Amino acid sequence: MGETAAIAALIAASAATYIWRGAGVALASRIGVGGAAFEWFSCVAYAMLAALIARIILLPAGALNEAPFVDRVGATVFGLLLFFAFRRRIFVGTIGGLAAFVALAHLRSQGWL
Amino acid sequence: MSNPAAPPLPPEPPLRPFPSPARAFVGGLWDGVGLPAAVLFASAIGFGSIARETGFPASLAVLSVFTVWGMPGQIAMVELFAIGASVLPIAIAAAGANARFLPMTVSLFPLLKGGVRPWAWAYLLAHFVSINTWVALMRRGPSLPLDQRAPYFAGFSLLCIGTGAVATAIGFALAGVLPRTLTLGLVYLSPVYFLMVFAGVRERGGAFSVVLGASAGPLLHLLSPEWGVPAAGVIGGTLAFLLDRKVLNRG
Repeated sequence: MGETAAIAALIAASAATYIWRGAGVALASRIGVGGAAFEWFSCVAYAMLAALIARIILLPAGALNEAPFVDRVGATVFGLLLFFAFRRRIFVGTIGGLAAFVALAHLRSQGWL
Repeated sequence: MSNPAAPPLPPEPPLRPFPSPARAFVGGLWDGVGLPAAVLFASAIGFGSIARETGFPASLAVLSVFTVWGMPGQIAMVELFAIGASVLPIAIAAAGANARFLPMTVSLFPLLKGGVRPWAWAYLLAHFVSINTWVALMRRGPSLPLDQRAPYFAGFSLLCIGTGAVATAIGFALAGVLPRTLTLGLVYLSPVYFLMVFAGVRERGGAFSVVLGASAGPLLHLLSPEWGVPAAGVIGGTLAFLLDRKVLNRG
């Protein structure tokens, strides 16, 4: 696990990521806007991003995993309620959800929950 | 989708073109300042601290912001590095974690067609695509003249990439020092922000895709941690596409 292995890992991850981007440009060059193929790719892009966000909140990999499931889901639902109550203001939903999440984490760290 | 160029968000302030492409670049930089940069800053601090815990060198962790520029792939990279995985499994895991860049680029780059000359520059601009920069160009791009879209996108992206690099270094330096509650808040900010962004998608095909993708993502991730999310995107997106175009547009 030296510097060389880290460099190899970096090159592998960079190349594996860029392949998708490059293929995306090549496909975009060949696809007309407004056609069925373009619409399908747009739907897949929205769905894949939403799938990733839902996965990170419900089944997190890193530090977020330390927070209990009910805290993550509860704070997120609270943020969504604020978001829709305040005419879809992204700022309101985000800060509301974040505040609820941090408050729950703080209460747990103090042993009050 | 009835109007493929429709911005994913309701435009809040009136969106006007810039006086010149150079000003569009500066305008892109400024649009990045605020929630987009704050969100990226927070998640890159999380990545920097994960990198340190896995024994990944600081310099290469920061470099990966520039060369990979896709957080889930970077996290997979350092986590597999930590268990001594070889190059091939790392490449496969990063590919699965960052596969979204294919549909994201295909759906975004028609906005740049006609404004990028020679078109080969698009292969460089594609390297800037991220969830933040995708949302920004989808939203602002349609209101800009063709020659201002790439400069705007480049300005916004460079601000985001620079922020990510600085925050990764800070996260590496502060790993283990920050209080646990603060760390949790930092890593939660990005998913909750983008959830609001995508919950706000109004256009019908996009909204179906968001709901179906978000439902399928966690389920398929349980079946395959590497390819569950891309599969959920393809399946959820295809169902949404069929529902929007074939079922509801009939008659």
